[in-house]
Amino acid sequence: MNRNLLEETYDVVVVGAGHAGCEAALACARLGLETVIFTVSVDSIALMPCNPNIGGSSKGHLVREIDALGGQMGINIDKTFIQSKMLNKSKGPAVHSLRAQADKANYSMEMRKTLQETEHLTIRQAEVSEILTTEDSVKVENATSEQGADKLQHITGVRTVSGATYHCKAVVLCTGTYLNARCLTGEMITYTGPNGLMAATHLTQSLKDHGVEMFRFKTGTPARVDKNSLDFSKMEEQKGDERVIPFSFTTNPEDVQIDQVSCWLTYTNPTTHEIIRNNLDRSPIYAGIIEGTGPRYCPSIEDKVVKFADKERHQIFIEPEGLNTNEMYVGGMSSSLPEDVQHEMYRTLPGLEHVKIVRNAYAIEYDCINPNQLYASLEFKKIKGLFSGGQFNGSSGYEEAACQGLIAGINAAMKVLGREPLVLDRSEAYIGVLIDDLVTKENHEPYRMMTSRAEYRLILRQDNADLRLTRKGYEIGLISKERYDWVCKKEELIKEEIERVANVHIGANKEVQALLESYGSIPLNTGVTLTELIRRPELDYEKLAPIDKNRPELPYDVMEQVNINIKYDGYISRQMKQVESFKKMEKKKIPEGFNYDEVPSLRIEARQKLKTYNPTSIGQASRISGVSPADISVLLVYMEQMRYHKES
Amino acid sequence: MRTDTIAAIATAMASSGIGIVRISGKEAVSITDKIFCKKGGKTLAECESHTIHYGHIHDGEEVIDEVMVLLMRGPKSYTKEDTIEIDCHGGVYVMKRILETVIKYGARPAEPGEFTKRAFLNGRIDLSQAESVIDVINAKNDFALKSSMRQLSGSVSGVVKEIRGEILHEIAFIESALDDPEHISLDGYPEKLQSIVEDIEKKVEKLLSTSDNGRILKEGISTVIVGKPNAGKSSLLNTLVGEERAIVTNIAGTTRDVLEEQINLNGIVLNIIDTAGIRETDDVVEKIGVDKAKKYLNDADLIIYVVDSSTKLDENDYEIMELLADRQAIILLNKSDLDALTTEDDVRAYVDKVQGVSKNDCRILSVSAKNQTGMEELTETIREMFFTGDITFNDEVYITNIRHKTALQEALSSLHLVVQSIEGGMPEDFYSIDLMNAYEELGSIVGEAVEDDLVNEIFSKFCMGK
Repeated sequence: MNRNLLEETYDVVVVGAGHAGCEAALACARLGLETVIFTVSVDSIALMPCNPNIGGSSKGHLVREIDALGGQMGINIDKTFIQSKMLNKSKGPAVHSLRAQADKANYSMEMRKTLQETEHLTIRQAEVSEILTTEDSVKVENATSEQGADKLQHITGVRTVSGATYHCKAVVLCTGTYLNARCLTGEMITYTGPNGLMAATHLTQSLKDHGVEMFRFKTGTPARVDKNSLDFSKMEEQKGDERVIPFSFTTNPEDVQIDQVSCWLTYTNPTTHEIIRNNLDRSPIYAGIIEGTGPRYCPSIEDKVVKFADKERHQIFIEPEGLNTNEMYVGGMSSSLPEDVQHEMYRTLPGLEHVKIVRNAYAIEYDCINPNQLYASLEFKKIKGLFSGGQFNGSSGYEEAACQGLIAGINAAMKVLGREPLVLDRSEAYIGVLIDDLVTKENHEPYRMMTSRAEYRLILRQDNADLRLTRKGYEIGLISKERYDWVCKKEELIKEEIERVANVHIGANKEVQALLESYGSIPLNTGVTLTELIRRPELDYEKLAPIDKNRPELPYDVMEQVNINIKYDGYISRQMKQVESFKKMEKKKIPEGFNYDEVPSLRIEARQKLKTYNPTSIGQASRISGVSPADISVLLVYMEQMRYHKES
Repeated sequence: MRTDTIAAIATAMASSGIGIVRISGKEAVSITDKIFCKKGGKTLAECESHTIHYGHIHDGEEVIDEVMVLLMRGPKSYTKEDTIEIDCHGGVYVMKRILETVIKYGARPAEPGEFTKRAFLNGRIDLSQAESVIDVINAKNDFALKSSMRQLSGSVSGVVKEIRGEILHEIAFIESALDDPEHISLDGYPEKLQSIVEDIEKKVEKLLSTSDNGRILKEGISTVIVGKPNAGKSSLLNTLVGEERAIVTNIAGTTRDVLEEQINLNGIVLNIIDTAGIRETDDVVEKIGVDKAKKYLNDADLIIYVVDSSTKLDENDYEIMELLADRQAIILLNKSDLDALTTEDDVRAYVDKVQGVSKNDCRILSVSAKNQTGMEELTETIREMFFTGDITFNDEVYITNIRHKTALQEALSSLHLVVQSIEGGMPEDFYSIDLMNAYEELGSIVGEAVEDDLVNEIFSKFCMGK
């Protein structure tokens, strides 16, 4: 019997509609490319299967950066948050970070609406089972035989389980935790994705057949409990900020001043820990059933009790999952212990004595790739036109996923449009740090963003993400001219005001001394500039307004920049210098197909590492573990020699 | 990368007549002007290129040496950059002091092979030489790594590692609190950190004062005395030490089987290691000593092989001679006061068979350690080998030493900045920036890169949320 299998053609195919997939698809469609996004369930678009929040330390930075580049996450959470906080407010501006509690269902629905309303974007429920490629006639010069696939491949499309073929010019894989997923609650194992959704069981094999190296990672989530079974009088209330600051630079700050809901704090105790210890043999991790590597930064409660045995209690945050659900998230108590143990242990917490569990905690294992197979553009080195983002790349977290999805989507579009890819470096964005870490360093656990991973974090603040990245978003085509013009204007205003303030001389008059005294600041002996006063730890730009008579009226975010730039000028300019020398090494590009075997005197370890990672610049090469400064010198000398040869 | 100014000692580190300190880079001239008091009063900046100037090098008030300074402006210099050569008196101490002063006023110690690398990258060297440039970089770097590891005395590296551990722990604590502010609080922490940092500062200061005594790296020609048991190795050592009466340090070896002395032969510093006698043995303890001796032998710049001339050569001797292949060695026929059963010809006959040690190169001397005869000849031979360049120990050791000192100073000033930030009421995230700088500087001394230390420390020591 002849079957007429479905065949369609698009510019870009996006596989997966989680946080990465949505950003990728929106970016491509907004750039005018015909885009189709596949999901195993259209009801699970932008699903938040774990914690109910967006942002947090360093993750808030990522959301700001996504927004500055023209992504959707910031706008979406501004529409659907139910509580918001600026974390680390008492600390330096570099580590201030927004975190909002989302109404999960609403978050998902709003994102779906955005997708639906975007031109050129088609949503399709189907499981993609194969990627389709052609072999390029050009051999990869640099490939070694042990790496297997010597041939450079080109993506031509994908095929779904039903046999339908979708031809396209680029594919973005954002499969999250769905590939060969299995969920574990004690002895009970189900072969599903998160929340009992269908797993995707075919694609891994197709990728392996195309020479892609796969990893197996795991992560976990705590139980969701019934709000009506909790006694909040025994917990500490955690309220949102009085004045909410939006994530998106495009959101009107007045629109986010809403009635917020509270989270609640409670603690584990020795009884909790004893129950866990007594049942460790029934934990799939400790019983050795789980093969995947889990993240150290969000350990299960079992891990915490074992690893930090001397800690008498752990904080547990009870967080609402939305306005229209009775479910509360038990933050800090993810677990893969059996159902009966979960019941017993959750009930030891003050306020949870009579708790009813709605959904069990579980651990989930899934397939992802070794991200060293990607360029920093998130394109596969050996399969042209194939891009990937999110947990599929070995990261963890909604924000980490979204920003990779955005970059992968942008670069898939750039590829189709025949334009240069967008690669952010470590001095430009947290996104740059994240991707560089993924593709350059060895990664053995789901990767989470942390502020300590960013060496230039004084420059990569959440407050200046627009100044850092809007221009790039505009050049890509995701930012409007109007928005870009405003950022240029803002830049100018900041510069002018910093200059003006440096020339404002403050004399030691009565009014000034009184103001200083009111802030516990030492009175003046002689006249100073306003800049000098702003630098005093107990003072700032705003506090000095009364004695700054000719101060122009400026928007809040301009004043904020002026203050930060003046106050931390010494540190910031020191980092700028470091950035300069960093940039020099990044600019020394290593040509594609560079043959490391021809470089004399390169140590064997370095040679192998360089061949595996195939760095695009000397700077990136220097960050590969196992490549020493001497190896870099050797490379530089060799490349210089090559350059002379070419010129002569 | 190629814009900063580098400095190094360009001549061999021996007490020869003249020593040269070379400076290259944009600020070479201006730095020299700060420390060079020229006869006639003009500054070098005002002088023409390719001229020689007489004057004194001083560090503030202190006059260090009377020198000749060569001024060569780029691109007409080896590196094609502005280059200064300071010709000074050849004493090791003087050269070191001048280099330290140059660095103090803004230059940075050159990386291994860096002058050559710059010369190449600036197009000064012919292309055919590229490979040899790479070899120089590799060789010098291997040496620097090896020497820095080998010569870093155990106690110093122990202290540095301990300090680094303490610093890392504090950074990790701060960072985990920044990443997870709702679980980890920094209340009251700045005061605690200040006292910890002040303690660490004291330790670094102590290390710095040690470095002023030149004890961080053991500078000198690494010399190993080998031979069969009872050939007279230890009495030879005693004679050398006793004769010179110039013991600088007396460090007990890591095992009882190896004794190390530092002696100064008219300005040439030897680090002499006396090893356990080499012979085939089944005795476990003795075997460890023998293996150790072989290992030292591999690392040595110079080998002194002591033969007991009053006994016949046996297979143990043959085995030792094989170990001398391709090495700089002096063979001593000891016990010349007794009747000779082994002569110079006997030794030569065998040495000939060993590949790599040619007849003429092999130096054989007759001595009596007991009667102290032949010692002057031995001293003279070592001096000659050193000045002809047959044995060298790379000046990288001195450079490394200065680099370490610079690193300690940098670490200390970063720690000062931490205290300053705490006292100035800066937010906590600023502390970890300077702590990290101190951590990295100290890491360069013990040869440890940062890599993923911090992330690992955070996860292993502090319980993060979620």
